[in-house]
Amino acid sequence: MRAADALVKALEMEGVEVVFGIPGGAILEVYDALYDSGIQHITTRHEQGATHAADGYARASGRVGVAFATSGPGATNTVTGITNAYMDSSPIVVFTGQVPTSLIGNDAFQEADISGITMPVTKHNYLVTNPKDLLRTVKEAFYIAATGRPGPVLVDLPKDVTLADIEFDYPKRISLPGYKPKTDGHPKQIKRAAELVMESERPIILAGGGVIISNASKELVELAETIPAFVVTTLMGKGSIPENHPLCLGFVGMHGSKYANYAVSESDLIIAVGCRFSDRTTGNLEKFAPDAKIVHIDIDPAEIGKNVMVDVPIVGDAKKVLARLKKYIQYKQRKAWEDKVNEWRRKYPLKYSPDGFKPQYVVERVCEIMPDAIVTTEVGQNQMWAAQFFKVRYPRQFISSGGLGTMGFGFPAAMGAQVAFPEKTVIDIAGDGSFFMNIQELATCVKYEIPVKVLVLNNGYLGMVRQWQELFYKERYSATCIGCEKTGFEAIAKGFGAVGMTVESPSDVDDALKEAKDIDAPVVIDFRVDYQANVFPMVPPGAALNEIIDEE
Amino acid sequence: MRHTIAVLVENKPGVLARVASLFRRRGFNIESLTVGTTERNDLSRMTIVVEGDDRVVEQVTKQLNKLIETIKVSEISEGSVERELCLIRVHAPPERRGEIVELTNIFRARIVDVSRDSFIIEVTGDEDKVNAFIDLMRQYGIKELARTGKVAMVRGNKR
Ligand SMILES: Cc1ncc(C[n+]2csc(CCOP(=O)(O)OP(=O)(O)O)c2C)c(N)n1
Ligand SMILES: [Mg+2]
Repeated sequence: MRAADALVKALEMEGVEVVFGIPGGAILEVYDALYDSGIQHITTRHEQGATHAADGYARASGRVGVAFATSGPGATNTVTGITNAYMDSSPIVVFTGQVPTSLIGNDAFQEADISGITMPVTKHNYLVTNPKDLLRTVKEAFYIAATGRPGPVLVDLPKDVTLADIEFDYPKRISLPGYKPKTDGHPKQIKRAAELVMESERPIILAGGGVIISNASKELVELAETIPAFVVTTLMGKGSIPENHPLCLGFVGMHGSKYANYAVSESDLIIAVGCRFSDRTTGNLEKFAPDAKIVHIDIDPAEIGKNVMVDVPIVGDAKKVLARLKKYIQYKQRKAWEDKVNEWRRKYPLKYSPDGFKPQYVVERVCEIMPDAIVTTEVGQNQMWAAQFFKVRYPRQFISSGGLGTMGFGFPAAMGAQVAFPEKTVIDIAGDGSFFMNIQELATCVKYEIPVKVLVLNNGYLGMVRQWQELFYKERYSATCIGCEKTGFEAIAKGFGAVGMTVESPSDVDDALKEAKDIDAPVVIDFRVDYQANVFPMVPPGAALNEIIDEE
Repeated sequence: MRHTIAVLVENKPGVLARVASLFRRRGFNIESLTVGTTERNDLSRMTIVVEGDDRVVEQVTKQLNKLIETIKVSEISEGSVERELCLIRVHAPPERRGEIVELTNIFRARIVDVSRDSFIIEVTGDEDKVNAFIDLMRQYGIKELARTGKVAMVRGNKR
């Protein structure tokens, strides 16, 4: 059997239903094999779009996302998407074409050393030089991407390898002696953690993206209710507990609520699950939660003790460990702490000035009108407003580029999520700057009838950067005015064959959203919001979480 | 502080690049790195000397362990067997050859090449011994020097 056909058959056996990509010379064999297959292929307009779409598909569905690209420029175009998936532990497998093995190293036409380039940004990668290794490699790639701490795997396929004749003998077992993720959690440490919980008067749970990846939301909520403990999340952890749950304090960190940041700062015990204490979450590390002991549960041992000193390390899968931990815990009322946190919650709600046309208002209305929609975000102020004002109800509902902060991620990710869930409403809360970074995928959405709704909070600025210039660079607005008030997103959308709308006043927001929701086609709404709106509260760079400031 | 780490890895193309890439990316400083085959031909062993405090070493160890092709990472503590080989081309005019030969014998080093006005001397031992020998040779004029970097093994029965 031609190796390319064997590859496609292997993908079918892995349960792959859809591939995002763009063909080219070096990967022609594989595309030829795909022609006869039941796997759907979505031709994106840029390989970055393909990798982000595969990533969005993976995050929304929990399955492995797959992308194809040709050698050279096709392959290098995938790098941002791969890095993005790596930083947020998203399982994708990227197959790239490569020049024939006989030409590798010769600077052949469209040769790029993509396995070398992506070495530091993949969980693992392969250059297949012997056709006999192809099927084993595919098997390993999917296994590595999806298990342990998930992540992207790249498989580089020289043209002669895909052309070769091989037996179709798909391996059933995997032999990776150096790869054995620990999932159970050490019983002694779990007991020790339970003791700390029982001793604690001011416990808090910090839930990260790992809770969502491990499908551990149920266990998380049960543990929180049993203790009981308030839950704060990281940006990636949004959705690990319904945000209308009385114990949920929303997300913590640079733009989290004051009450979430105060609660973490004054806690005496942090049970951190599936998070990595990134600088955006902790603020100034030296002053981070000074009174708190820390229990850190993570599947990746290297994350434990990397950024903060930990009292009880537990290496394991969040779902298993949380369920076990709960068994050792008895309900204990902590009235004073509860009252204190609730008082903060009353005193310091998230707020914004209501006059003019505020982007926050748009997000609030979206949350009201499309409460169950899958929401992706771009990066910048739009992302933070979405995180602050869209109250997420279920895991995998909120999809955002956390680790890499990739402008241009949200739209193709929404496309991928919509492909995974054709019946759901999928929206991208976008900024005008970010939307431009992958706006070409509108053509893909139109072609494949992927009815994503792009809600552009158009402030005419690279708003988040403008905000920093306003606050920390004496209002010297260097290079941040991009003048999108002159850009007609409505006309652009129409030019692509999508639906376009423009909304210039808050009174028109509801009608536009309701109308868009019912349109079974891609829609772009250009919300002409006030450009001066800033994201608050904010932990200034270098400050501690409890040094969080308001607008004035 | 300097730490010696032994890493058992699958003997596959690209493994060395992966390890080197990891050290560079995470900002760890490699003092020396040796790679060679082991008692099994599907495994290679790297001996890496890194500079850093205990936290750095902990991260190095954990990050190395995360590489799919890494089978085992162990830190080699003080008191283990550590060896390094060094070749020194030293200036050796006829009137000073006697002294050099004597020193070479004291260090149980060997002269492996003799030419009109120089020797190549091979010295093996732990780092201190090699350093001491090199220092002694400086007075004669070292023309060229090559060190292998360290290989190491824990004493006693293999676990
Ligand atoms: C690819 C990329 N380039 C640059 C940046 C730096 N950056 C962070 S936020 C931002 C502005 C984003 O502008 P926009 O999409 O309009 O969002 P806004 O902040 O205005 O809501 C920029 C340029 C980035 N995060 N990603
Ligand atoms: Mg903007």
